[in-house]
Parts: sequence; C-alpha cells; structure tokens
Amino acid sequence: MADFLYFRDDEPHDEPAVTLDAFLGQSNAGAVRVESGEDVRDLLPHLDRLRLIEVSFPAYRDGRGYSTARILREAGYTGELRAEGDVLVDQIPLMRRCGFDSFAPAADIDRAALDRALTRYDNVYQSAADDRTPVWRLRHG
Amino acid sequence: MYRYDQYDQNLVDTRVEEFRDQVERRLSGALTEDQFKPLRLMNGLYLQLHAYMLRVAIPYGTLDGRQMHMLATIARKYDRGYGHFTTRQNLQYNWIKLDDAPDILADLATVEMHAIQTSGNCIRNISSDQFAGAAADEVTDPRPWAELLRQWSSFHPEFTYLPRKFKFAVIASDEDRAAMRLHDIGIQIVERDGSFGARIFAGGGMGRTPVIGKEIKDFVPVTNLLSYLEACIRVYNRHGRRDNMYKARIKILINALGVEEYVRQVEAEYAALDKQDIDPPLAEFERIAAYFAPPAFEADAPDTVDRSDPDFALWLDQNVGQHKQPGYAMATISLKPVGGIPGDASADQMDLMADLAERYSFDELRVTHAQNIVLPHVKKADLYALWQALNQAGLAEANLDLISDIIACPGLDYCSLANARSIPIAQKIAERFADAGRQRDLGELKLKISGCINACGHHHAGHIGILGVDRKGTENYQLLLGGSGAEDVSLAKITGPGFDEAGIVDAVETVTNVYLGAREQGERFVDTYRRVGMEPFKEALYG
Repeated sequence: MADFLYFRDDEPHDEPAVTLDAFLGQSNAGAVRVESGEDVRDLLPHLDRLRLIEVSFPAYRDGRGYSTARILREAGYTGELRAEGDVLVDQIPLMRRCGFDSFAPAADIDRAALDRALTRYDNVYQSAADDRTPVWRLRHG
Repeated sequence: MYRYDQYDQNLVDTRVEEFRDQVERRLSGALTEDQFKPLRLMNGLYLQLHAYMLRVAIPYGTLDGRQMHMLATIARKYDRGYGHFTTRQNLQYNWIKLDDAPDILADLATVEMHAIQTSGNCIRNISSDQFAGAAADEVTDPRPWAELLRQWSSFHPEFTYLPRKFKFAVIASDEDRAAMRLHDIGIQIVERDGSFGARIFAGGGMGRTPVIGKEIKDFVPVTNLLSYLEACIRVYNRHGRRDNMYKARIKILINALGVEEYVRQVEAEYAALDKQDIDPPLAEFERIAAYFAPPAFEADAPDTVDRSDPDFALWLDQNVGQHKQPGYAMATISLKPVGGIPGDASADQMDLMADLAERYSFDELRVTHAQNIVLPHVKKADLYALWQALNQAGLAEANLDLISDIIACPGLDYCSLANARSIPIAQKIAERFADAGRQRDLGELKLKISGCINACGHHHAGHIGILGVDRKGTENYQLLLGGSGAEDVSLAKITGPGFDEAGIVDAVETVTNVYLGAREQGERFVDTYRRVGMEPFKEALYG
C-alpha cells in the first residue's frame, strides 16, 4: 500500500469500509465508503454511529468530494474523514480545509513537498471546515 | 481603487512562492505534465501553439498607472514587447517561457497583481462594467461587490476542481456593458428600500451551447451574498456533468434540471450554509467600499468643450461618454486601429496610457470586455490635450462601437483550440470599412469573431457574428446576425452556409447594405434585423 497520512489525535480506524448501499441497507458498520457520484446526504441521519467515512477521488479533476466533506462537517460529523484515490500533494491543503483528516493516496506522496504545502499559507480568505481564521475576521477582530 | 493590505499582499506573495515550487517540481520531473497542468492553469499559464501564454488578472478591469507600467515592463522583459487585452478584461502574453513564469508573477506581486485563477476549472476573474464609479446611470459602484467576490473566490477550498470554469460578472445599472447575462452567474446590484442587494442570474454563457442567464433570486443583501453563492456553486459542483467537458458548464445543469428545480436545490443548500458563518460582517464590505470612494473632482470644472478641431470633435462624439460628475467625461481609447490586431497594445502604448491616466484620469484605467481601454475620470477641459497625445501615438481611432471596433479571439494564429484564423478576418473587415464616414453612417454595429465554437470572440452576442470552422481542412466562416450582449441580450442566428476568407468580408458588406436600404429613422443594424427578420439578409446573401 502507498502512503497513508493521518492528521487526527486518535488511532486510525482500520475497519474495512462498506459501500453506501450496503450501509444504508442494513449494516451496523462503523465505516462507509462514498463514491464521488453518490449523495452523501443519505448518511446524515446516521453520522453518530460512524467512525470513518472514506470519500473516493477517482481522478484528481473530480472535485465532488470537496463538497462531500464540507457537507459532512457542516452536519456535525466529527469522525475520521478520509480522501482515497487520486489525491495529489497540492490538493491536500485544500482538502484539509474542507474537513478531510486522513489520506490514502493511490501513489506515493512527496513528503517534503507536502510539508511545504501544508505550512505555506499564513492566511486564508474564507471560513471553511477547518479552524483557520479568515482574514476578514482578522481585519475586524 | 482597492489597495492590498498586509493579508492580501501576503496571500499573493505566498502564491508566487508556491508556483515557483510547483514549476521546480515540474522541471525536475517530480510532477508529470498531466499533474502539473491544473496547477499551471490555476496560475493562468497555458501551453499554446508556439509557446506558453500567461493570462494576468485585472480584477473587474480596473488598474492604475503603476500597474499598467508594470504590464509594459513585463511585455519588454519576458515577451516580444506587447500584450493582448482580452474579452474578460485580462491581459495575455503570448510568448512566455515556463521558467520565467515565477519571476513574472513575482514582478506582478510588487504592484498588487497576480494571475490567480485566470484559467482552470475554478472561479475566474470577476468582470464588471468598465464605467463603474463613473457612469451617470449606475445605482452604486459595483466594484466593492466584485472585490468581495475576488477575495472569497481566491483559493476557495471547495471550488477549485469544479466540473468546468466559472465566470462572474457584476454590474449596477440597467444598461449592461459587461454581457452580464452571458456569464455563469451574472449579478446586477439593485436598490430596494434604501439598501443595495444582488439580483442574481445563473446559467448564462456562450461556448458551444449559448444560453441567456435566468433570474434565480431578486435580492440578496451583501451580508448573505457569499453563503448564497456557495449554495449556487455547491449544487453545481455536486451535480454538474463531468463525463463530457462540452456539457459541463452550469448552464447545461440548469437546463437539465429546469430553473425551478435548480433554485429549489440552491435554497435547500443555502438554508444549511446560512448558519455556517461564511459571510463577513458589513464592516468588511464597508472597508472595501471605502477604497472606491469617488476621486477629488473639482466642483466647478467647466462643462463645455471646444469642438473647433473637427478630428477631435469626431473622437469626442464617438469615444467619450457622459460622466456622473459635471465637468468630467469617460474617454475610451480604441485598441482597434484599422489593420491592427484587436486588443493588442505595445509596451510603449501601455506606458503612454499609464502616463495619461496619471496625468488626466486620477491614475485610473479600465479594460473593457470589448478589448479597449478607458480613462474613466477625465476633466472635460483636458480632453483636447488627451486626444492630441493619443493621436500622436496612433491611439485616437474614433470607432467605439462601430463596425471596426471588432472583438476577435486570438484564433489559429495563437490558440491551440482554434479551427480558423480570426485576426486576419478582423483586419480585412476593418480595411473594407476603413472609411470613417462610412462607419459612422452605419452607426452602432457590434461585430464579433470567434475562431472556433468555444466562442471566446463572443460571436453569439454580435449584431454580426462570425464563427470560423474547419471544413474538410479549409477555413470556413459562418455568418450570424442579431445577437447582443447588452441589456437587450439575444443570441445571434446563423444565416446559412458559410463563406471562405474573401467571401465572408463580402458577406458582411452585403448585410450592411441590406440594413442601409431597409433601416428606418434611428434604427441600429440590430434593430432593423429584429424588425425585418432574417429573410431579406438571406435573400441578399444566397438568393
């Protein structure tokens, strides 16, 4: 397996994720995988019993997963949110802002480049799913 | 105009450093071209037919003399001494080397400029009315709204990998000088009960499938605007098509869902987003708006102009518009000399325009979507001196909105997507109608040329539109009539079979002759077309 990146204080959840259909069908699983075309809102009634939600990125150009992540965080999901698939160095900072806190990239990640990318920006313009303070708030206290 | 504070400057400087890192990783082979492509596009860098093209953002088309001087300096230092102003109020350099690009961005950052999101499947440069803050008919200056959107859309974490590019335009008058209804989202600032809000249109656009934007919301206060727009774009990001890049724009989604269903989904999303603390406080909008306070106009500047020089009087009548402040005027510098390349300016011309802005227009310039430059705040008493300086530099063409004021895409001379050349067609048409008196007799006539169906030359919105296609290996030009990108927005219709390069110039002359024969008092070309319909034109062309 390629790199696995983890940004949480607790231990990674290693239960295999079931499909969204299987989860909604009957499962008492604590881990589910959401494909990029699937409607994550179907999960919202069940968030309190989920510990891992894996969001697939079949191609880095497919940006649906960014909205998936924010919807989950806006709905109050606090468990592990994992981006899996075609996840590239320069996307991880944006994914972090959308609420992803673990990454299972299909190809190895250049760790030095990632460290630079994650610490590069001192400021952000928007409030998002992370705890960064947007500059409009810094301007107005 | 807006000035960066420490945060804006830090973000733009950081972007330069980030892009330098990305270019180094590409040059070292750590990034494949496929992986690098979306990163360079997010910084406006395209690989074209002959070299890299760099597109520099000019937010809402506003810049000052210092910035225009820097554009000239970059043109000399890294390009071949000129630049090309685009239909989205940006500037393109056509002869850029990849390893120079980070240095160019660093130079731009020293004058509060960048190339962030001038390409890629993200929110692009916000465009606006070139006469903002000067036009007599605006309810307020739309640029503070546009700057609010610029900051919000820059490095947006959720909307950087949309199905396709996403374009905003913001205006604040009933007259539409920014083709607002032909943007993914068009915003008209309106006044209600003493406060301003955004009237929102969605799903407009040109390209292969031209669509006029539909109204989705009549009034959104500024303190709810960003969360409402996040809802609009989130619905698109989640449900817009990704299987076919030609069906991936928001207009296709809205047409497929129907506007009512799209609005229902947006409202549902907005109900959740409204609670997310996305919108800055009113104080932030007011902070931005303060930068756009009117310049220090002289209260009693004379309102009359000496018209005794007949050449000056022609330019005055054609290129100078009514300012909201008595004694002042808005002057358009045409970048459409007969035989020239529409929208091109040499470094020397850019320097001159910057100097003239500093001297005569409170250090402000604007880029228009029709690829001209505006000095928005010229004292009427200075107009003659301004015209003399422009005339000496070959920049006093008195053809604003006339048939030779052509919008043209770069076409097959530069663009890797094009099927046909645009620039030589524009040049030949301008030469055919070179007689200034003949152009004035034809009156307002917006002619727009695209070299492929992606429609960067706005041919769907031309009173006369020309679309270059490839027909069995030869360039062929289709003729369209009756479009408009203004408040009387309409989509042009194709006349019939296309023409070769010489034939299309003749065909344009033929339809103008039909107009001259059929027009009634006060009618523009497009008015006559709308009254008499396509038939008389077809008859003359093909009959």
